[in-house]
Amino acid sequence: MTNEDLQNIIIGLGTDLEFTTEGSEFLNVIVPKEQLHSICSQLKSHPELKFDYAFCITGMDWVPALGVIYHLNSTELKHEIVVKVMVEDRENPTLDSVHDIWQTADFHELEIFDFFGIKFNNHPKLRRIFLTPEWEGFPLRKDYVDEANMIIK
Amino acid sequence: MTDQQTQNKIKTEEYFINMGPQHPAAHGVLRLILTIDGEIIKNVEPDLGYIHRSIEKMCERDSYQQIVHLTDRMDYLSSHINNEAVCLTVEKGLEIEVSDRVKVIRTIIDELTRIASHCLWWGVMGMDLGALTTYFYAFRDREMINDIFEETCGARLTMNYNVPGGLMFDIHPNFVKRTKDFITHFKTKIPEYDRLLTGNVIFQKRTKGVGILTREDAISFGVSGPTARGSGFSSDVRKHHPYSAYDLVNFKEILFTEGDTFARYQVRMMELWESVSIIEQLIDNIPEGETKAATKAVIKLPKGEFYQRVETARGELGVYINSTGNKNPYRVKFRSPGFSNLSVLNHISKDVLIGDLVATMASFDFVIPDIDR
Repeated sequence: MTNEDLQNIIIGLGTDLEFTTEGSEFLNVIVPKEQLHSICSQLKSHPELKFDYAFCITGMDWVPALGVIYHLNSTELKHEIVVKVMVEDRENPTLDSVHDIWQTADFHELEIFDFFGIKFNNHPKLRRIFLTPEWEGFPLRKDYVDEANMIIK
Repeated sequence: MTDQQTQNKIKTEEYFINMGPQHPAAHGVLRLILTIDGEIIKNVEPDLGYIHRSIEKMCERDSYQQIVHLTDRMDYLSSHINNEAVCLTVEKGLEIEVSDRVKVIRTIIDELTRIASHCLWWGVMGMDLGALTTYFYAFRDREMINDIFEETCGARLTMNYNVPGGLMFDIHPNFVKRTKDFITHFKTKIPEYDRLLTGNVIFQKRTKGVGILTREDAISFGVSGPTARGSGFSSDVRKHHPYSAYDLVNFKEILFTEGDTFARYQVRMMELWESVSIIEQLIDNIPEGETKAATKAVIKLPKGEFYQRVETARGELGVYINSTGNKNPYRVKFRSPGFSNLSVLNHISKDVLIGDLVATMASFDFVIPDIDR
């Protein structure tokens, strides 16, 4: 299915969706964070979309917004899209978990929580998976101060 | 009292036990917090980060040429393929087309890497299940591949042979002959591997029907590589999104539908034959051409997002680069196969014995630095 066909279907799944292919090989869909879970579950269940394989889930700091990028693939229909969601609040960023849609999101959300501090509603057990529980700050944020001077010189 | 009644009278309670971070079956510093009742596993919670080096953060500091070197240290058994993934992403961003010679050489070395990795896995899988001999057989043959690498790249494990735009230098004059000699030798050895381990009754009893992963779960958990193909999930990046010279060669994607430990074992064993076949198709036909396309000393990718995936020995490695047009990337993400594959472990290890967990983990072929990054 071409990107235009995909866009025509996806546009009906929610409101205020933005589409772009600029600077990317995939069709990018920018989703308002309130609609993230409902759109993701429709992306998986819609008979013409069937995005069942989330092959990459990336945390992102766009400054000032934080966010998550979902690379999705349909193993049956072979098409691919990218879903992006942004959250402006840097103090207490919260998004809905999609682990009940794609179970791989469970671990990827842990990773994003660890490095970006984004909390996920309904995640089964949100915890620091790589860093120690007492670690302060979220290292992959752009405003993280690397006091030990380990990485940024 | 019957045995069953005795069994019912014994009071049991669940408790936690650490498997790792120093455990021979974890093949590295992986800590699993097991909740067990007797010897039955109720829950597996991985605790990671013992070898986390923050490679993604380091990438934001480094130039594109430097990033290549960091990727060796993720899945060190697929180091050449990891390097290639970054180089392909950068080449995609710069819109460089590498020469056919580079593509073919990269593909040959990819497959040699895969054989070397699968050899190590086979030896270690046998060892995990108590068959020590396999380790020595596999390392004998793997050593020959490492010697070929050493002659051409100067390194045996962390090869750094790829650079954005091509290869660091041309192959060694002996490369073709030694690779052919190795292939001739190795084709007599795979049947020996089968005789030694595949048909072994104890091995089959420990692997058949153990750790069953369904196709639906494999897709949902983002499992890839031979692990997914043992469950019938056609996930081979070489087939679905061919890169380098994979569109020029004929090979089968090995699929099994049983989804158990033995199926995953068979996938890797048969992939050895496919890798041999790919190398045979290419080794006599390495085209002439330049080994490196011209790139600027300071590489700046245009503004945008670039994604490239490759098939490492463990599965799908994705490289996501977000560039703002500077000499450093704004954000780099490595979607490592090990991390996604690990996420399914708890799901398929409920109510099994600890010994079966060891067998299942051996068939997943974890490399811990690939999980931690």
